[in-house]
This record gives sequence, C-alpha cells and structure tokens, in this order.
Amino acid sequence: MTLRNGWEMVVGLEVHTELKTATKMFCGCANSFGSEPNTSVCPVCLGLPGSLPVLNERAIELAMAIGMALHSTIAPSTFHRKNYFYPDMPKDFQISQYDLPINLGGYLDLPDGSRVSIERAHLEEDTGKSTHLGGSGRIHGADRSLVDYNRSGVPLVEIVSGPDIRSSAQARAYVVELRGILIATGASDGRMEEGSLRIDANVSVRQADAPFGTRCEIKNLNSLRSLQRAIDYEAARQVDLIEEGGTVRQETRHWDENVGATSTMRTKEEAEDYRYFREPDLVDLAPDQSWQDRVRAQLPPMPAERRSTLRARISEPVPTVLDAVEVVIDLGLDPFVHAALDRGVEPALALARAANELAGDLDGTSRLAAAAFCDTLLMEQRGELSATQAKTVLAELLARGGDPRDIAALMGYEQLSSDSLGSTVAGLIEEFPDEWTRYRDGDEKLAQFFIGQVMKVTKGQANGKAVVAELRARR
Amino acid sequence: MSSPLRREDVAHVARLARLTLSDAELDMFTEQLGQVLEHANDMASLDLEGVVATAHPFGLINVVRDDVVRPSLERDVVLAMAPDSQDHRFAVPRIMGESP
Amino acid sequence: MKTAEQVAREVRSGATTAMAELNAALSAVRERNEELNVFLHVDEKGARAAASRIDERVARGEAVGPLAGVPVALKDNLCQNGVPTTCSSRILEGWRPPYNATVVDRLLAAGAVPVGKTNLDEFAMGSSTENSAFGPTKNPLNPSRVPGGSSGGSAAAVAADMTPIAIGSDTGGSIRQPAALCGLVGVKPSYGLVSRYGLIAFASSLDQIGPLTKTVMDAAIVLEAIAGHDPMDSTSLPEPAPSLVAHVESGVVGKRIALVRELVDGADPDVVASVDQAVAALREAGATVVELSIPEFRLGLSAYYLIAPAEASSNLARFDGVRYGLRVKRDDVTAMMEATRTAGFGAEVKRRIMLGTYALSAGYFDAYYGQALKVRTRMIEAFARAYRQVDMLIGATTPSVAFEFGSKTSDPMAMYLSDVFTIPTNLSGEAAISVPFGTGEAGLPIGVQLLGPGRSEALLLAGARVLEIADGRP
Repeated sequence: MTLRNGWEMVVGLEVHTELKTATKMFCGCANSFGSEPNTSVCPVCLGLPGSLPVLNERAIELAMAIGMALHSTIAPSTFHRKNYFYPDMPKDFQISQYDLPINLGGYLDLPDGSRVSIERAHLEEDTGKSTHLGGSGRIHGADRSLVDYNRSGVPLVEIVSGPDIRSSAQARAYVVELRGILIATGASDGRMEEGSLRIDANVSVRQADAPFGTRCEIKNLNSLRSLQRAIDYEAARQVDLIEEGGTVRQETRHWDENVGATSTMRTKEEAEDYRYFREPDLVDLAPDQSWQDRVRAQLPPMPAERRSTLRARISEPVPTVLDAVEVVIDLGLDPFVHAALDRGVEPALALARAANELAGDLDGTSRLAAAAFCDTLLMEQRGELSATQAKTVLAELLARGGDPRDIAALMGYEQLSSDSLGSTVAGLIEEFPDEWTRYRDGDEKLAQFFIGQVMKVTKGQANGKAVVAELRARR
Repeated sequence: MSSPLRREDVAHVARLARLTLSDAELDMFTEQLGQVLEHANDMASLDLEGVVATAHPFGLINVVRDDVVRPSLERDVVLAMAPDSQDHRFAVPRIMGESP
Repeated sequence: MKTAEQVAREVRSGATTAMAELNAALSAVRERNEELNVFLHVDEKGARAAASRIDERVARGEAVGPLAGVPVALKDNLCQNGVPTTCSSRILEGWRPPYNATVVDRLLAAGAVPVGKTNLDEFAMGSSTENSAFGPTKNPLNPSRVPGGSSGGSAAAVAADMTPIAIGSDTGGSIRQPAALCGLVGVKPSYGLVSRYGLIAFASSLDQIGPLTKTVMDAAIVLEAIAGHDPMDSTSLPEPAPSLVAHVESGVVGKRIALVRELVDGADPDVVASVDQAVAALREAGATVVELSIPEFRLGLSAYYLIAPAEASSNLARFDGVRYGLRVKRDDVTAMMEATRTAGFGAEVKRRIMLGTYALSAGYFDAYYGQALKVRTRMIEAFARAYRQVDMLIGATTPSVAFEFGSKTSDPMAMYLSDVFTIPTNLSGEAAISVPFGTGEAGLPIGVQLLGPGRSEALLLAGARVLEIADGRP
C-alpha cells in the first residue's frame, strides 16, 4: 500500500522474543509453555520477599548470538529496574537492560536488498499472564482477573530497529527475516501464535525527505497480518488527521485485530514514570573476548547465506519454487532439503515436501531423521509411493519417527511397487485396446486416460509419473 | 540543587508509590522530606564531575548460573499464601488498564 | 550465661545437651519477653526438633558443627521455612515463607538451634526498634531506654541472656548500633561475605547480615559459619568462608590504626573518652595509632538517605496485596494495592518509600540519586586512600549511649543522625565491628568501632579482641 499525496511512512519495530532456554532468566524454574498454572514458580520468579535473581548463562549467550547475527557490538552492559505496579509482575518492577544493552548497533539485510539498521538488542524478563473473568473475557468490563506466574521471569530479548522501514510489506519482510535469524541461532522457535514473538511498531508519516513526524507506538501486534494491517491503518490515520488540519499526538495506541483499528491507550502526558535505576541485586555483564569467541564459533549460518546456498543448487527458476525456498529458509528446514538434493531427489519435490509437509509439523521435525526424509522422497520419485502415500508416510515419520519402508509396508502400500503397477497396466491395455493403439501411435493425451483408469483401480494409490513410465516402457 | 519540594510533588509521589496520604500526612511529609533533601544539598560542595557510580564495591562481573532446571515450589504451598485464588491462579479485583 | 563457644564445646563433650540449653533459653524468654518484647514469634516446636537432631547426632558419635546446640535468635527479616516472618510489619502479618534464607541453612548445618524471630524497626528502617508495628523492644540493661535498631530485638535477646548469639542485618548501622547500645559485639561484614538470599531486602546494595554476640570469639565462630560464597546471591563474594576463629588472638602488634576525627566529632564526651581509652589500649598492645581526617564521611548521611530509600521504594513495591500478606479489599486492583499499602506500612516506611520514589522520579534523579551514587564512589576512594596509610580505622559506633524512648521519634532527621558514624562503611561495602569499651551516662555501655578494608574481618576481630581484654573481659 502506498500513501496518497506524496506521504511516506516511517516505521521502526521493537520485536520481543522469548528465549528458548531450559530455565527462566533468574531462577531454575522450567521455561515451559502450556504447563498447569503456577506450577513452574519459585521464590525468585514469584518475587517472594528475600529472594534474589541470578542470571542464566544460556540466556546471555543466546542474546549475544542474536547480536552477532545482527552485526551488533557486544558491549559491557548492566541491568536496571523498571518500576511500575501491575498484578502480573511479581516484584512490581521488571528487570531489564536500559542505557547499557548487551548488543549495540548493527543491521539486518532483507531479501529485497534493503538494509534496516538495528539500534540495540537487550535482555529483559517476561511477566505472568492474566485471564479476565466476567464481562467479555477481555480486560475491559471484567470483574476479576486471575494470574498465572509460569511465564514470569522467562528471558526475553527486545530487538529495536532504526526508523528505516518505509512500508508495511517491508516491515513484514523484516520480521520474517529476523524470525529466521532467531530460529537459526536457536534463540526462539519463532511462533507468533504462542507469543514467542511480540511486536510494537513506531509509526509516523512525513512528506518525502522532510524531517520525521510525531510518532505513535502501536502495541499488541501478535501476527504478521496484524503487523501489516496496523501499520497501514495507522499511517493512513495520521495522513487523514494531518490533511484535515490536525496534528499527530505522541501516544501509545492499541491495535484491535477484530475492529481493524488502533485506539489511544496512553498519551505522552499519561506515560508512566518508571524510575529506572541500576538493579543492585545483579552485577555488571562484560563478556570477554574468549566468551564471545566461544559463542561466535557455535553460530550456524544465517538465513541470507543459507538462502543463496540453497538457491545456487536449484536450477529451475520457477516462482513457486522460490516461495518454497523462502519458507524452507525461514523455518530452518534447509538441512533436510540439502540432504535430499545430495541423494538425488529432484529440487522441486524436495522443496515442496519440506515447505508443505515438514513446515506443517515443525515439532515433528525433531523426530524426523534426514535419511528417512530422503528415503521417502526417493520412493516417491521412483514411483514406489504415490504423492498421497508419500505425504502419509511423512506425517507418520513426523508424528512417531521410524523407517519409511516399514511404515509403507505397514500401511499396505507395497502392492504399488513397480511389479504390481506393471500387472495393473498390462490388464488395462487388454481391457482398452483401441485407446492403447492410439497411445502407442503417439497420442500423448491418452496417457491421462490410462492414469485415470489406474487411479480408479488402485483407489488413488498410484503414482502418475510411474504410470507414464510404465506405459512408455510398453509402447 | 535546592529542594523546592511542593505539596503537589508529594501528592504525585504518593500516587506513584501507591500510598494514600491524608491532608495532615501530606503536610508532614512535605516538611520532613524537604528537610532531608535540604540536608542533601551538602553534596553540592563536592566536585563530582566525571565521577562514575560504583555498581559492586569489589568489582564482581559476569556472575551467572548454568541453565539447569531446579525443582519449583508445590502449587498448594504457593497458593496457600494468596489472599485470594481461583482455578489454581492468584485472584485480583478488576484491572483498570492494560500493562504499560 | 554461657558463650556459644562454651555451649558447643559442652554439647560436643556430652557435658550438656542441646535440649537442656534450649530449655534454658526458652525459660529465659518466658521470663522476660513480655516485659522487653524481644521475640515476635518463638518456634518452640521447630527448635525442639533441631535440638533433638543435634543430641541424636552426638549420641551416635557423629560430627556436629561449631555451633552445636547453640540457641540462636533470628531477626524477623530472615526467611525461615514455615515460620512466620513479618519484618515487624502489618503488611506481612501471618506470612510463612516457603523457604530458608541461606544464613538459616548454614546456621542449621553448623548445629545451631533457631529459637525464634526477633523484633526490629519495620523493614529494618530505624535506629531504636520504636518503628515496629508490634511495639518497641526495651533495652534489657535499662528498660526505659531503647535497645537501638533496627536489630534491637536480636541485641536484646543476647543482652537479656535469652540466647548466646543472635543474627541481625546492617544497612546503615543496624547491627553495630544496637550492639553498642546493649553492650555486645556486632559485626557488619564486607558486602558479599554473607549471602543475602532470604534476607528481606531494605536497601540491596547496603544490606549485610552479621552476628550479635557477647564475645569476640563467638562473633568469629558465627561469622565463619555463615560466610562464604552462595550461588543464590549474585553479589556474593566468590571465595569460601575465611578463617576467622584462628585469628582472634592475633593481637595488633605492628598494626597501624587511624583515629578518624569524623568518627568522633559530635559524640557525647563520655563516648569520646571511651574511644580515647581504646586508642591508648591499642597502643599499649603494640599498635601505632595516628589521627586522620576523612572529610567525605560528613557526606555519608546525605548519600545514604537517598540511596537506601531509593532502593527500598523499589524493594517494597512487591507488597501489593496480590500474592501474599495483607490485602485490603477494594473493587479494582489499583485501589486494592493502594489501600493495602496504606494500611500495611507504618509512618517511617512510608516516609522512606516517599523519599526514595521522589529521588528516583523523572526530573530529580540526577540531582539526588545520581549525585548520591557519585558521593558513594568518592567515599570508596576516600577509604582506599586511608587504607594505603593504615590497616584499620577507629572511632565511636554511636554518638551517645542508649537514649530514652520517644526522644527522637518526632524528628526523623535527629534519628537519622544517630547513624552518622556507622553509615560510611555500608556505603563503601567494607567491614566494621563494634565492641563494648567502657561505660557512660547512667552506667550504660559504649561501643567502639573498628573499620577495615573489604575482607579484613580477621584483622578487625583481632583488634576487637585486644579491646575486649583491655576492657576487663579476658
């Protein structure tokens, strides 16, 4: 979407990601999603009197890894207390890095060639979760709220971009690329629907090359769709306001996905006074060169590099294949694709199965051996499995693991081996001699007729390509 | 660095600190806090240009723990402390605004 | 009353039992607690269980620790699993922590028997124990006087011969000042020597836990038992507990000591006289004593009364009625929090929360809190300069002997000034000890303070031991 009358939007994003550590930021409680309420809590993350925080080494290393992937400087850093009263925050302050973050500066290059600068990426802790009773189940109109502190103290990294984004599509591309980096570093599983990624957008508008306008911060962007819609809505709202002779007020606005609009949450005057000061219960962080080197050495290749590596192996420049490349890179599935290509699987098939079947069950990929993936695809390519059967085998492998040959046998797919296909085709040639003659004389359209007949006989369990191969062999 | 502490400053601070003060307490605190802040003016006699704040007196840095799970508290013990609870959660009266 | 050293020795040898010592302690508590208001809670059942465990171990011939069977009083800002812990505040009334402070675990491991929780100024904010929500503690030596504070209950427990030892916490003098006013030895260890895990925080960057005892040797035994690195406290020093008991009798021959003018200026004449006599005793014992002025000490009070309230305002935010302790019912959560805090905190706590909130708030941070932190750095530098010239410093612990109830309650600034000699060490994070030396007005004890660099506890205990002997307690 472009803005009318020469207006340009200026967007900066703050992306919060929960880190995939075993334990919370400051205590040994499990960092788990979806446990029974208030079962992963202890004196520290409940903020009980007398408890003290101790930093999780892994959280620091994941934060450093994110910074390294974003070309940031790993800097000596401190922790502050951000003071405000809220029931989901057990200490009534949040421990967060403030003026001295662990990662300073940096940039992220997007697939379209644009570069977005990174201002900082800092560590902080998450809050508990409230559910609201009475009213509509939302915060407004509720009589009573219930708080679960399982998420309290889970480590977060907040990545703050520069105001370099100029469209909602670019904002989306930035988040997708960043998500790829977070998955690659092992920092996050990148699942927006589970709240692993939460985004605030700072939006302003200006005439091209004019100084920045007054910005509004949009909260509660929990999906890529919300992000794009909210930015477009907000930029248009600001343009309307200015063209009607009004001025944009600096404020925090809330995105309502159902209404499709932003609304005022807090004006600048109502902003909290957080009374930041150095957290006296923690000491400073100053990772030395050897610690940084150790983290850097474990850093896997980032999406941009992996994208070009993968593209270089794929000869067919079909648009859908390129989309599949994006999905595969974003979700970190390229090792499967590379393994399949190494074993001689056709690129289009390897990409399709990774971008569809594997992407549909990311949890399951931890159970799936690359060799099993390759074997399944080779069986499909050789015609031993139909596309439908191959997908079924993959689903089973993702759900429970195992050997694809055993699964195929167990599901009774072996009758579709080339022998049984051969006898099926032979039977049909006898049954439809006229059609067979026309096909043999060069009418390729008849191949489709025979495929249809084979499918009918085998109840859809045959592989089209294998049928054609069988027909050609008998021509 | 004189302390022009006004009654409305004290009232504002009380709101930030989630304390309700009576008129008499407001007057008293305005005077007493003013005295302490006035005493603090003696710090102005030091030249503190370029002095950095000390974080830990013995310069500890990089204190971390391994990312290893330790037992959490029993939920019954946790909720037994709660002034009010429901459905295994801490219950509070309605929350007036979104988290900042 | 026996010292901890004696009790532990006799328990180990079988000359007495932990249970017998506990019974003696409990009967002393029954006798005088109503009058003096020392203990807020006596955990008789827990104490009996702990004493039985020690006696069984002795009977089986198993090793027991250096504090075997020694009854100990715990300041009621230390968390003990299942035992009511109030900080002398209505806001925590009825709360039982589900965990032990590290210090409590270490005392138990050393064989000590925690008897109960002692009174304090609410959240350790005060110098007389008059700020307790559960009434003041009286000085056992003269019940019309304060025992000092904020560890007034712990000091009184030992002074009244209820327990041989007690544990307190010192943020601006809260161990040393009541020790001085009750005629006891009190140690403020180097910051990080003793774990703060489970100590309900007043001012995190200043708080330290330490012993209150009758003798220097007992202080060494207790400190050695509770000190040493704790992975639960990020600010904890990385090394194990230092050897202290072995150094108590080391003396001060050849030691250089400075009498600091700012640590006696403004003290009552009887207090000044005691410090002078202490200086003479140290010289007699072979130390060299010089005079020194450290002008930065004068700024300590201002810096302290901004830094401590600022940290406290944040530390005490969690008392909001949501998770534990008092809740005053209201229709919305903000009103509930405000009503709870307003009803739950006493006047002094509110005063310091207000002061700290103001000092941290937008527009004032640099002028007050920021400035105070820089003064703190200056204080550390000033101490470091002094310790390049001498091994330790000497001065008074308090400007006067124990004062009358109510004499300073109406004027917070006057009360704050009673901490003027103890505060500098908290700001620098270094070590200090108060040891009784002589008596003053009304025959009340006077405390002399020895200060040393970080990790100098062994040196200070040896110096204090010299003064203890010179004061007639060989």
